[in-house]
Amino acid sequence: MKKWFMVTVVGKDRPGIVAHISEALYQGGCQLGEASMMRLGGNFTIMLMVEHDTEAKTLSELLEAPADALGLRIHVDEIEGHLHEHLFPDVSVMVHGADRLGIVAQVTHVLAEAGLNILDLESDVAGTEQEPIYIMHVEGVAAKGIETLELALDSLVTEGIEVRLTPIDTMIA
Amino acid sequence: MAVLEILVYPDPRLAHASQSVPAFDKNLHKFIEDLEETMHAGPGGVGIAAPQVDVLQRIVIVDVSGKPKVSSHGRLILINPQIVANGGGLVGREGCMSVPDYTGNVVRAKTIQVVAYDEFGERQEYACEGYEARVIQHEIDHLDGLLFLDRLVSRRRDLFRRKTYA
Ligand SMILES: [Zn+2]
Repeated sequence: MKKWFMVTVVGKDRPGIVAHISEALYQGGCQLGEASMMRLGGNFTIMLMVEHDTEAKTLSELLEAPADALGLRIHVDEIEGHLHEHLFPDVSVMVHGADRLGIVAQVTHVLAEAGLNILDLESDVAGTEQEPIYIMHVEGVAAKGIETLELALDSLVTEGIEVRLTPIDTMIA
Repeated sequence: MAVLEILVYPDPRLAHASQSVPAFDKNLHKFIEDLEETMHAGPGGVGIAAPQVDVLQRIVIVDVSGKPKVSSHGRLILINPQIVANGGGLVGREGCMSVPDYTGNVVRAKTIQVVAYDEFGERQEYACEGYEARVIQHEIDHLDGLLFLDRLVSRRRDLFRRKTYA
């Protein structure tokens, strides 16, 4: 029976990783689902949904050769996965401020309390080593409405964090 | 009236260019009724183009009047539409009845000037902006065999690609 697995790959970034991993999966008879690759701090990271009719162990073995060759660490979990179950965000939140501990915890806590279900989060540290700045972009579903989020975020702006909330009005036509 | 079947990507018929409408007759009016019913049958549909229901004619219906805080001309029947001028550019999130379960960012002109014929063959001209302009551009793409998938820009960074100045 076909099952879905979540394959996580982490390692030092270099060209050609995606090609090697997907080739090994293709040769092993796997189907690919949704995937997201990010370069984080010079590291290659990818999470991908893989469909196969074996066990997690077999899938790991399939990826051993490219993992060894490219110095990657691979982790495989069987998941309750399904395709075609996208949720679509109705709000985007951009946050920036001086880099400091707790900014993510603080902002996401306020957003969660105000009913935001985060579907996508991306954050970065930029600026200089002396004066780093923190930038975060979140997209999600405002379960209690966008006004509720706006009100909740007002308290944060006074603490030196800039927050910009934009409704996402997806056009279907 | 009838709800028509919507073609879904990768149906190759969605890639065909549509022909101009030659006659503004009863058949056209009947078809427009069906097309409009089909547009309203799906959740949140604000526009539809004839080739989405396998009719390769340059007919578009747009109606964003149900959206709060959006300026619009109400219900628009655009036959043989042409964009004669455009200005600016905006990134916005689009989906399509012919592309289920996916939305993405697309850059569209912010303002457009559209010349089109109504269902009675009268020439009309509309100045549209923002959301309504986006829907019209999306629909005219359908008439030319293009989908928003052909125009996707990054979801992760919904900014314009930076221009390089010499
Ligand atoms: Zn469409």
